[in-house]
Amino acid sequence: MSKLLVSPSPHIHSKDSTKSLMLDVVIALIPAVICSVVFYGWQELLVLGVSVASCVLLEWAITKYMLKAPSTIGDLSAVITGILLALNVPYTTPWWVIFIGAVVAIGVAKMTFGGIGQNIWNPALVGRVFLLVSFPTYMTTWNAPKGLFGADAVSGPTPLGAIQEGLMKGSTVQELTSAYDYKDLLFANLGGSAGEVCALALLAGFVYLCIRKVIKPWITLSIFATVAVTSLIFWGIHPARFTDPLFNLLTGGLILGACFMATDYVTSPMSVKGGIVFGIGIGFLTMMIRYFGSYPEGVSFAILIMNSVVPLLNMWFKQKKFGRK
Amino acid sequence: MSKHTFSIGGVHPHDNKISRECALEPLPIAPVVYIGVSQHIGAPSVPCVAVGDKVKVGQVIAEPGGFVGAFIHSSVSGTVKSIAPRADLAGRATTHIEIAVEGDEWLEGIDTSDTLITAIPDDAKAIVEKIRLGGVVGLGGATFPTHVKLSPPPGSKCERVIINGCECEPYLTSDFRTLLEKGEQVVVGAALLQKAMGGVPCTIAIEENKPEAIAHIREVIAKLGYKDMDVMVMKMMYPQGGEKQLIDAVMHRQVGSGALPISVGAVVQNVATALAVYEAVQKNKPVIDNSVTVTGECFPRQANLIVRVGTPLQDIIDYLGGIPADAVKIISGGPMMGRAVANLQAATVKGTGALLFLTEKQTRRAPETNCIRCGKCADACPMGLEPFLLNKLSKAADWEACEANAAQDCIECGCCLYSCPAQIPLLDNIRVGKGFVLSAIRARAAAAKAAAEAAKK
Repeated sequence: MSKLLVSPSPHIHSKDSTKSLMLDVVIALIPAVICSVVFYGWQELLVLGVSVASCVLLEWAITKYMLKAPSTIGDLSAVITGILLALNVPYTTPWWVIFIGAVVAIGVAKMTFGGIGQNIWNPALVGRVFLLVSFPTYMTTWNAPKGLFGADAVSGPTPLGAIQEGLMKGSTVQELTSAYDYKDLLFANLGGSAGEVCALALLAGFVYLCIRKVIKPWITLSIFATVAVTSLIFWGIHPARFTDPLFNLLTGGLILGACFMATDYVTSPMSVKGGIVFGIGIGFLTMMIRYFGSYPEGVSFAILIMNSVVPLLNMWFKQKKFGRK
Repeated sequence: MSKHTFSIGGVHPHDNKISRECALEPLPIAPVVYIGVSQHIGAPSVPCVAVGDKVKVGQVIAEPGGFVGAFIHSSVSGTVKSIAPRADLAGRATTHIEIAVEGDEWLEGIDTSDTLITAIPDDAKAIVEKIRLGGVVGLGGATFPTHVKLSPPPGSKCERVIINGCECEPYLTSDFRTLLEKGEQVVVGAALLQKAMGGVPCTIAIEENKPEAIAHIREVIAKLGYKDMDVMVMKMMYPQGGEKQLIDAVMHRQVGSGALPISVGAVVQNVATALAVYEAVQKNKPVIDNSVTVTGECFPRQANLIVRVGTPLQDIIDYLGGIPADAVKIISGGPMMGRAVANLQAATVKGTGALLFLTEKQTRRAPETNCIRCGKCADACPMGLEPFLLNKLSKAADWEACEANAAQDCIECGCCLYSCPAQIPLLDNIRVGKGFVLSAIRARAAAAKAAAEAAKK
């Protein structure tokens, strides 16, 4: 040893890196990915492949040719955006629609703002909502899963979509929800985006992230609690017009959104208190959109709206400083 | 076993106490020692010997330069060779007294026997005076003169003495060995501090990763029969041994921003300081040596050495077999708050508690990437600050905003930088902001004082 290294303390570092945290999120998504492929078959695998490949390639190309900066794809955040985008669209979505979604998610929502950490809105959700608005037919028509072990495909709307349609035709909620077995919703969703296929798989990923201390449970729990309480009140007052709490918790991508989209570090508040308020906002807005809005599912919009107020939440809700009031 | 801990933040670095089985052993006295005059917080001491003087072990060679100052004693016997500026551990030139060692002759009146003296003197003031004359400073690393801490300003009252045996920094084991091997002396030292503060209760706080020390100190307290003294088992959590954190953990009181521990009725002294208090009061032995952990995975021979103050680091390293080939960084202190050593010719000071050798792999910082707003830094900060925000404000040189967001409260524990997944040098930047805020606060205080004096006239 000829030279001594001199630098300020601390001299050691925890094992956490952006990549290790993102890898944990990818691992947490694996059960949901496996379930979606099992239920929807090879077509879902194609959706996932196109989505992940487009997101990673786009980020690589943008950093290399437009920003002329070191590539950031090694941090795996583009992989997560790709998986989440794929899980947020029906498995029947054509590959070129998914590619457009990836362009919007990575190109517009993430890299335009300066890449990882700089974006205001969750990239995968921005991509999803762009597709929802631009290609409503592809995004809301759902085909009953053929699956790897294949039954016949039937096409129809998502459960929430079916109920909204049914209500407009004059049916009551009880009549409409009686078509669904809630156990099916928990283990194998009857429709909607690929990622919603199995609530338990998503919850397993969420528990993994909490155990690994990648995320704290408060945002997710606060969304669940708010959705449950809000729908309990409305359903209690007018059960023929408003869907019940369990139905709302299990459908419309709520679990996917609450566990994996609302907990995105970049677009959620820093403090626990801020996170709880953020979750209440998402839960309440979701229910308002579902009950009174023109879209049957409200989670994406609710999260994006609350993403916008995160800077304010960070300013208003700070943790208590040591020895200060 | 119930475990106590502080209320905000903290991290769990691996404790790596690989030198825990190494018993304390005295390092052979170096041929030449260099005793600095600035070994404590406060005014540098003023040399009171001249070149050519013969000195004995324990003889005063420098006197305090002010109330917040400390006596410095010769750690060896021999001849004063020079009094001149010399690079210290950080590479800064400060005045050192160079002494060529001849034999090991101690000043008369110092009790060098092993006899334990457990009788506590009645006069609290006399105890504090002996501590002052013994040159005792906080040996946990802060090196604040102990007699100053034991002289509370009028109007404040000590309610509890806390002996800090947490040793929460990874790798360090010298306090642990001291508790095991000199537990009786530490406990008597604690009793002396209790007496000095007016007979208040005393808590000896030890982290749970030192069960042998916890059991031993409990036994010793029972055997010696001191009243109002107990051992508190602390959770293994960094920075448990931070003064403000420890008071919070033990007394559930939070010392305010810029305030001293005494404002909430606490006096905290480190284990090594308690031992020094025992030696100064009961044995008339001033601080002339201290225990130093020499460790690191790459270091062939772990050790807990008793080192005379002023020993060049090179002598310690040579004694243990030289620097390992793969070590790139030598740290004086622990890996979280210790300082990287710039110069191996530098000599130890009273507060030198460890020499840690780290390899490139252990200490290399990965390249900085974008903040992902995970909030891990804020979760880790034991002061409840927002390091991500202070980092940005410091970089923007917005000192007013730094102050509004309490940069001055930062204790530089390193939890934020340790936990940042994006490897952002948070603490490096926050230190800059803290420095500017503290100087602004001092300037305001000085201006207010000047204005008040002008108004009097």
